[in-house]
Amino acid sequence: MKDRIIEIISKYNGDSTRLMDILHDIQAHAGYIDEATIALLADKLTLSAAQIKETVSFYHFYSDKPLAKVNIYLNDSVTANMNGRKDVLKAFEDACGIKIGRVTTDGNIGLFSTSCIGMNDQEPAAIINDRVFTRLTPYRTKQIINGLKQGQHVKELVVEGCGDGNNALPIIDAMVYNNIRRKGALLSHDYPLFTVIKDILPKTSSEEITDIITESNIRGRGGAGFPTGLKWKFGSRAKGEHRFIICNADEGEPGTFKDRVLLTEYPEMVFEGMVAAGYAVGADIGLLYLRYEYKYLLVYLNGILENMRKNNFLGQSIAGIGDFDFDIRIQLGAGAYICGEESALIESLEGKRGEPRDKPPFPVEKGYLNLPTVVNNVETLATVVKIIKNGAAWYNQLGNKDSVGTKLLSISGDCRFPGIYEVEWGLKISDILAMCGANEVQAIQVGGPSGTLLGEKDFDRELSYSDLPTGGSMIVFNKNRDLLSEVVLNFMNFFIEESCGTCSTCRNMPYVLRGKLLKVINGRGVKTDIEDMVNWANLLKVSRCGLGQTAANPIVSSIRNFRHLYDALVQKEIEYDSGFSLETSVLESCKAVRRQPLFHHNA
Amino acid sequence: MEKKIIATTSLAGCFGCHMSVLDIDERILDLIELVEFNKSPVDDIKTFTKPVDIGIIEGGCCNSENVEVLRSFRKNCKILISLGECAIMGGLPALRNGIPIEECLNEAYINGPTVGLNTQHILPNDDELPMLLDKVYPCHEIVKIDYYLPGCPPRADLIWEALVALITGSKLDLPYEVIKFD
Repeated sequence: MKDRIIEIISKYNGDSTRLMDILHDIQAHAGYIDEATIALLADKLTLSAAQIKETVSFYHFYSDKPLAKVNIYLNDSVTANMNGRKDVLKAFEDACGIKIGRVTTDGNIGLFSTSCIGMNDQEPAAIINDRVFTRLTPYRTKQIINGLKQGQHVKELVVEGCGDGNNALPIIDAMVYNNIRRKGALLSHDYPLFTVIKDILPKTSSEEITDIITESNIRGRGGAGFPTGLKWKFGSRAKGEHRFIICNADEGEPGTFKDRVLLTEYPEMVFEGMVAAGYAVGADIGLLYLRYEYKYLLVYLNGILENMRKNNFLGQSIAGIGDFDFDIRIQLGAGAYICGEESALIESLEGKRGEPRDKPPFPVEKGYLNLPTVVNNVETLATVVKIIKNGAAWYNQLGNKDSVGTKLLSISGDCRFPGIYEVEWGLKISDILAMCGANEVQAIQVGGPSGTLLGEKDFDRELSYSDLPTGGSMIVFNKNRDLLSEVVLNFMNFFIEESCGTCSTCRNMPYVLRGKLLKVINGRGVKTDIEDMVNWANLLKVSRCGLGQTAANPIVSSIRNFRHLYDALVQKEIEYDSGFSLETSVLESCKAVRRQPLFHHNA
Repeated sequence: MEKKIIATTSLAGCFGCHMSVLDIDERILDLIELVEFNKSPVDDIKTFTKPVDIGIIEGGCCNSENVEVLRSFRKNCKILISLGECAIMGGLPALRNGIPIEECLNEAYINGPTVGLNTQHILPNDDELPMLLDKVYPCHEIVKIDYYLPGCPPRADLIWEALVALITGSKLDLPYEVIKFD
């Protein structure tokens, strides 16, 4: 064991910033990361044991305890629950004879819950030993567990065959469907791959490339919407021995799955975009941070990079440009929503806990390894390729005045055609609902849990950065859904689960707010509880990053747009109710000491 | 001006907040001109003997007795003040929150290094004893609290200024130095 670990460490040249990879390899080899391993790693990497434990304990897919031979991670997103997760979970629990979060006594099967895995259009889904299983039913669940008990390999349990497009390639071989429903400027297959690298970069200066991007007015497609051209300009001006281009493929916002589809069907364009960005910014290293949930794409993506190297689209003097050296490495994440935040992503790339940094300095000045770093979204990088090819003017014709271009929407929930839709900015919510075949719509969540829950009165609003910005997650809820207990509560659980814990506001306030929400749902709420939730949510604004700042959005936006649901649940006749019950709160201790509860109600 | 009636109690607290009340020093003579104490450890009156204007609560609620005392304060006092960290947030006793209660009891009475004489491994369970709650609660999660005075303990100046303002109806001026406490 020890020799194997030393081998793994030397594979990464004893580089402590590669701790994520080292831990992945050890986890794959030993099944978990124990104390002795941590001590050995600390010694060899000249880190403290505490630093290594910090990283191990932070990520969902590392474990310091032995896991099972087969580990099932059942997605807990809102759409999974809308599509029958509860029954699937029960079927898993019954078939395995364990509760979720446990491992069977023979150590063969472990059953765990996990946050959104990017399969919202084919839920309920689970990751079983790194293989994605979609559209699970109780029946399929029983079959899978029976198969496992009979010693079948996880791969043999896939009876559904492969998904569409590249998902069917032997190298991917996943039962995942792309569900591309609408193509536009980005997704239309009118682009001969690598034209930008081959034909345009050699004839164009790096400043000119940046100018094209600036003039195109494209803004970051991850959701925050920072002007891409400006970011590149800042990056190219910052001083440093190296500059880095990071492609953020850690899409973790529940309900979004567009990067999954881009990386499955358009990976060359994403990588080409990274090369173009590298050329414009003067970077020599590109890093793609791939969320662990998309590990099934890793070998495929690395193969494409290898081909690009063979064709001199990566490496030294790319496309004959004498001083342009650039290569790309893929870093696998380990399960943490917060790593979608660029500075947390950078911390993770350095092998640390994914905790957002204080800003400024921004990553363009001091990013990865404290050197200038441009972090762009997958969709942004794919799009810049088409912009460079077709020109800024072409791109400016698309979209509306406030927000140019197109946007990939990941639509899921109560609609006939969940999937990926490429639309121009400026589209109305009502048009989106019609497009995806949604009827009897009660609400739509725009931009995932950190976005806004909209009701009918807002359906004529348009997608735009100034009014309705979105990273693309759209979840539709029909009139039969209980928005508070099915949707808002699920989103609050998500934020509580995914907080990195750095800021006390984000660590605590979502708990407090969820407590209030549950009080209301359970019929113990009073009117002031609703006002308290709105007022207390403001405290979250002091959090360091977007996760904390938006963690109350599910509650605040549902109170704003669905106030009647709260009003209907709170008690009208009294002004104050703490929700506390002495009778139930003593049950646990009385059981522990073996006595009967006894009350003196005349107090 | 008629004297206001005050009652105080320490629930799951350490009496540090009560000590801080005494830290108002010679102003206690002025205070006694303004108020009369009813149920309170200060004068050792055990039960309410008349309606009270201001109830001051130190400590949160860790057991059923705390809850009953707090509820009786709510019933008998016009205004309730949570005084100090434990009353407001649970404080140090709330460190047990999140640990299963059986584990806490076993550590305290059976497995702990200082447990010597409990040879029969008995967990206290006499009916006379208050029952432990599943966690330590801040007071406002049990009854309605009207005002909060933070600190561990709250500074004597804060307690003094707040009480005088409340009793005389004057404006409360609390500079940062008086309410910061860590």
